[in-house]
Amino acid sequence: MDAAFLGLVTIVIGVGGCLGYFYLSNQLLDKVLFPAKGVNAGRNINRANMIRPWIFLFPAIFALGLYLAYPVFATLWYSVTDRDQGGAFVGFANYSQMLDEPKFWEALRNNILWLIVVPAASTAFGLLAAQLTDRIKWGSIAKSMIFMPMAISFVGASVIFKLIYDTRPVDQKQIGVLNAVWLQFDGGVGSFLILRLVPISILVLFILLVAYMAWGAVRPLIKPDHVKVSKLGMPLRVFAGLVGVYLVFLSLQSIMGLATVSLNYGVPQTWLTIPFWNSFFLMIVLIWIQTGFAMVILSAALRGIPEETIEAAIVDGANPFQVFFKIKMPQIAGTIVVVWTTITLVVLKVFDIVFAMTNGQWETQVLANYMYDKLFRANDWGVGSASAMVIMLLVSPILIWNVYNARKEMR
Amino acid sequence: MDNIAGTKSSLTWAVHISVVLLVALWLFPTVGLLVSSFRTADQIASSGWWQSLFPTEQNLTLRTANPGVDGNQALIDGVYTVSGNLFVVEGRAPSAEESDAKISVWGVTSRAIADYQPGATADLGDGKTLTVQANGDYVWSGPEELTGRGQRAFVTATTPPEFTVKNYETVLVSGASTDSMAKAFFNTMTVTIPATIIPIVIAAFAAYALAWMDFPGRAILIACVVALLVVPLQLALIPLLRLHLGIGIGKGYLGVWLAHTGFGLPLAVYLLRNYMVGLPRDIIENARVDGATEFQIFTKIILPLSFPALASFAIFQFLWTWNDLLVAKVFLIDSSGQTTVMTNQIVELLGTRGGNWEILATAAFVSISVPLLVFFAMQKYLVRGLLAGSVK
Repeated sequence: MDAAFLGLVTIVIGVGGCLGYFYLSNQLLDKVLFPAKGVNAGRNINRANMIRPWIFLFPAIFALGLYLAYPVFATLWYSVTDRDQGGAFVGFANYSQMLDEPKFWEALRNNILWLIVVPAASTAFGLLAAQLTDRIKWGSIAKSMIFMPMAISFVGASVIFKLIYDTRPVDQKQIGVLNAVWLQFDGGVGSFLILRLVPISILVLFILLVAYMAWGAVRPLIKPDHVKVSKLGMPLRVFAGLVGVYLVFLSLQSIMGLATVSLNYGVPQTWLTIPFWNSFFLMIVLIWIQTGFAMVILSAALRGIPEETIEAAIVDGANPFQVFFKIKMPQIAGTIVVVWTTITLVVLKVFDIVFAMTNGQWETQVLANYMYDKLFRANDWGVGSASAMVIMLLVSPILIWNVYNARKEMR
Repeated sequence: MDNIAGTKSSLTWAVHISVVLLVALWLFPTVGLLVSSFRTADQIASSGWWQSLFPTEQNLTLRTANPGVDGNQALIDGVYTVSGNLFVVEGRAPSAEESDAKISVWGVTSRAIADYQPGATADLGDGKTLTVQANGDYVWSGPEELTGRGQRAFVTATTPPEFTVKNYETVLVSGASTDSMAKAFFNTMTVTIPATIIPIVIAAFAAYALAWMDFPGRAILIACVVALLVVPLQLALIPLLRLHLGIGIGKGYLGVWLAHTGFGLPLAVYLLRNYMVGLPRDIIENARVDGATEFQIFTKIILPLSFPALASFAIFQFLWTWNDLLVAKVFLIDSSGQTTVMTNQIVELLGTRGGNWEILATAAFVSISVPLLVFFAMQKYLVRGLLAGSVK
């Protein structure tokens, strides 16, 4: 209980201290240093107004500087020094040590997989949910149900999904839903339809979509026509094209795998120990949480679309799918980018889910958990800081993009 | 939206069904945890939670009372009789589940467990008979004194769903110290409340300066806040832990409050500044003309008007600090384990009691219940904050 008392005292001191600081410093400025009376009243008021913003800002700048800005540079410094040698400068030794570790490459590969799958799936599901719930009366109730996992901690969600993925020996009743469903498949026609044909057709659709989008991005470079390519656009378009080709390649590989793999019908699976696929079972947890976020934002964006544009399209004979893909999608493209980048940031920092469910075993390691391992289990601050810098490096394009947009907006 | 043009969409039903499916899919995992937390360990281990919502049919092997024990056997009209209820075992009163159980068929050998209907009489040979009713009442009788242990009966009984709050008692009130969430619950509260309130105060002043005061470098400061918004807090762990250890705070509540304050500030400043910029200029300028000081303008006008934004941020910060694991692990939890928070407690339970779903499910539900309450009570502000924070 004394911790609770300490908490109460902290609230009083913290809040009271802040208010007292702001009040007293303002008083000091107005009454003592530059009083707004006497011969210099006008000049004093101006001077006071020059100083006042910094009084208001000081605690925030101090805390931000100490708790976020300083650590970036400190971590950078730790990543090029060796703690065991008393903090001597060792150049890129930590980085090369990290690059030699297979666990690091595993973490990086998994993180890239997470970065592709989770934002895409969350945004797609969110868009679907937003579009569907906007059309019905009880949509707001449905929305808050889908939004609800946002309030659940990653750890809580991990427990929830561990129950779903639970495995019992073959002679006992399965208490995990996934295995209970899995045991319904017996290798007959139904299994072929659901486990092979449906996923393969989804992947084919995905390939077509990606190919179409990649072609749309690259086309102006190959056939220069009316679309003008800016200097900045060129590398971006090439990059988008390459990502598209890579995704198509991945999907083709998966189709081959799906078509040829022999499935263990009738045997309960320990889902979290199947290499490669277990990462997807972890991703489902994050997709489940983030879909609500995507839905809320995209639903607001969909409502912001001017109705005249939709009416005009319908009058011109567009069907609902054309309205959605040709009229609505282009108008909310900006919002989709925002949602995508926000979820990307969450994915880059994902730690709790992997930590609680597999702790990086069975090839599920990700960068944030790799870093935690290095920092607090292996006590290797050099490599830990180096991997933290890799996360920072991956975040920085989004950082620059956000700052660029914020500056553009303020002008 | 298609209705606008005057045609009713033929897809309406498909939409309804899809939404129902989607909602069911999204609720299913959480409901599973909730239902499991109200079941006993045996029930969780013996059937999936989705089956517990409906009456289940079970095959049971039950025994009549032992005729050798005094008082069980009576001589009625020259017939030795043992009577009672099959669900009563060794004098134990039937549980709520069993007393509501309905026997559909029964038998007297393990090879023929469905030979008799309730109310029928089975011939056991030597003139002995056994009659079993649907509710488990039986009469076992014979011309000679009955011997041996009780007669076995193989019944197929339908038992209604049964739930218990015992898990919550174990976890919250009476549990062993390793399972107890009560302490972790209070620790989490102790972390969360100051870590939610303090950044609001600091950020509100800064946001006002960034929104309504003119000074050189303002644009750069705002850009810095936007940049810090995405800096991963992973980078801050080691330098700050070293700092805390260096200046004597060490691992403890003070450290975790300060860390949460620092990590929450960018979002707080960003949200509040965006909101305050949108407040009407006239009000502030009128107040200035009337001779109000900046401090008065802030406390009397800006702060009350910014309530929605303050509430939005408060919810974000509350959810984030309540659900956090990493910051607590690094800055708070020391080797004594006295200051553990709920998320950490659950992770430890996952390690030590991975198979004890009744404890795990209950502990997890205790930890997510408070955020869920806050979520449903203040969803409006949460949505508003999300929209202000990301759609630009």
